Amino acid sequence: MSVLLRTEKLCRSFGSLVVTRDVDLEVSRGERHALIGPNGAGKTSLVNQLGGQLRPSSGRIFFKNRDIAGLEPEAICRLGISRTFQKNNLFRGLSVRENVRLAVQVHRGRPYEAFRSTLADRALWDRADELLERIGLVSGLDRRVSELSYGEQRQLEIAIALASEPELLLLDEPTSGMSPAETDQMIELVRGLPSSLALLMIEHDMKVVFSLADRVTVLHYGEVLASGPPAQIQSSERVREVYLGGAH
Amino acid sequence: MSSSDLGGDRARRLAAALVVAALAAVPLAGDYFTSLVAEVLVFAIFAMSLDLIVGYTGLLSFGHAAFFGVSAYTVTMLGVHAGLSGWWGMLAGIVMSAASAWVIGFFCVRVSGIPFLMLTMAFSQLLYSVAVKWRSMTGGTDGLPGFVRPSFFGWSLDDRSVLYWFIAAGFVFTWWCLRRLIRSPLGSTMVGVRENEQRMRAIGYPVQRIKLISFVIAGAFAGLGGALYAFFNAFVSTDILHWVLSGDAVLMVILGGAGTITGPVIGAGIFLMLKHVISSHTDYWMIWVGVVFIACVMFLRQGVWGLVLERGPRWLRSDR
Repeated sequence: MSVLLRTEKLCRSFGSLVVTRDVDLEVSRGERHALIGPNGAGKTSLVNQLGGQLRPSSGRIFFKNRDIAGLEPEAICRLGISRTFQKNNLFRGLSVRENVRLAVQVHRGRPYEAFRSTLADRALWDRADELLERIGLVSGLDRRVSELSYGEQRQLEIAIALASEPELLLLDEPTSGMSPAETDQMIELVRGLPSSLALLMIEHDMKVVFSLADRVTVLHYGEVLASGPPAQIQSSERVREVYLGGAH
Repeated sequence: MSSSDLGGDRARRLAAALVVAALAAVPLAGDYFTSLVAEVLVFAIFAMSLDLIVGYTGLLSFGHAAFFGVSAYTVTMLGVHAGLSGWWGMLAGIVMSAASAWVIGFFCVRVSGIPFLMLTMAFSQLLYSVAVKWRSMTGGTDGLPGFVRPSFFGWSLDDRSVLYWFIAAGFVFTWWCLRRLIRSPLGSTMVGVRENEQRMRAIGYPVQRIKLISFVIAGAFAGLGGALYAFFNAFVSTDILHWVLSGDAVLMVILGGAGTITGPVIGAGIFLMLKHVISSHTDYWMIWVGVVFIACVMFLRQGVWGLVLERGPRWLRSDR
């Protein structure tokens, strides 16, 4: 498999606090890669650097052999990396459909047109409905997002992220705060994503990690502690010590 | 589309036709009332343009008077000093307002929240000082009289009714344009920025550019309002560049209902009625405006028109 994303000695610190330390990470095309580690291990900070929300202090991020470290989020999205957020980060006052349509519009529409109604562009609405159907939201699409259940909002996060047809999808704790039933549904949803799409997902729920990931990277105090296939990670003494067998 | 939507469409068209007919008939009610409505409509244009920034893009600007004033001064100065017809002046005024919105916006959209508010206010106060100091051109605080109103195919705008109809046409034009804009792809991106700037960037929108476009369009319409103000008054003074006018416009937007098309119109109406009615009884009319404003913020967060949209018939709701 060819390498899609590769970081090289990626570092980020806030003053004397180092949240990312010399991280070398590789994600191949179509790979399902899980990022685990105790709270404060720097998982979200790492994803924020990949998505452009946080600028790295040093090091490089290669996506399709192009250095994207420090680019703006909108530029990174256009290159083919899309993301969801740990806390639902939606257009709460707008309808479910409009949330996805906005994302489709920038990807394939002409977002600066001022003299045409958004209602006229059926193709965008149809595409939005198609994406919503894929993540399992088919009814009540004209409701405001704030009226959705928490779990439905988590699903909507993914529909919006898929609208840009990314090659790499960053999922920041897709099952956080979900009930066991909702979690199972989410596993099915993620499993059903196209196999050409690479996933890098932060996850706390080991059931989710081991049922989805081909590869697991463990972060500890901003450093990569171990990286390998799930079975290897499960049997690693060091990982057990700091994470799997420890406080969790 | 369901039949109730079609019914809504009919109701909306009927309401629009009634409003236009009522606006056209205003001169029948006498000169005083006509002037009053003309003034309300000029400031309604100004407030609607500000609402594009405040209510739809989610940026609180405290310097919108800059674009109203630049245009009014351009029209009047070109007329008084260069003898240029008001029509060319109006065109030049709108272009100048849009251009200054572009320059000022270029710096302001880099920040948001309170810094944005302060920066827009600082830029508009800068223009205010220029108008105060550049006496030879602007007449300073004394103002600049002597503007001659142009004629429109033989009808002089010195005729109160003709002037009024012209302003009313500018108002209807602005209302219609902004309504179309809000429903367009471009308008939807502005609403997206208001709702969640971070997510807009994450899905690939250049948020600063969208803010700048919103700022320039708002500046251009404020420029139309400013030009019509120059026609209306045939006189400009530095008041129209002062931050107090920017603040008045923010009050109009919030009183009427930010993020609605018609709200700022209602807000301009309420504000100017309060001003005219109360100031004929007491010099401290601003206190009462303040009381109304506080009451509105405490009990009527969505503004007067916002409440009507919430409680009123469904077909009205498309005014957002």
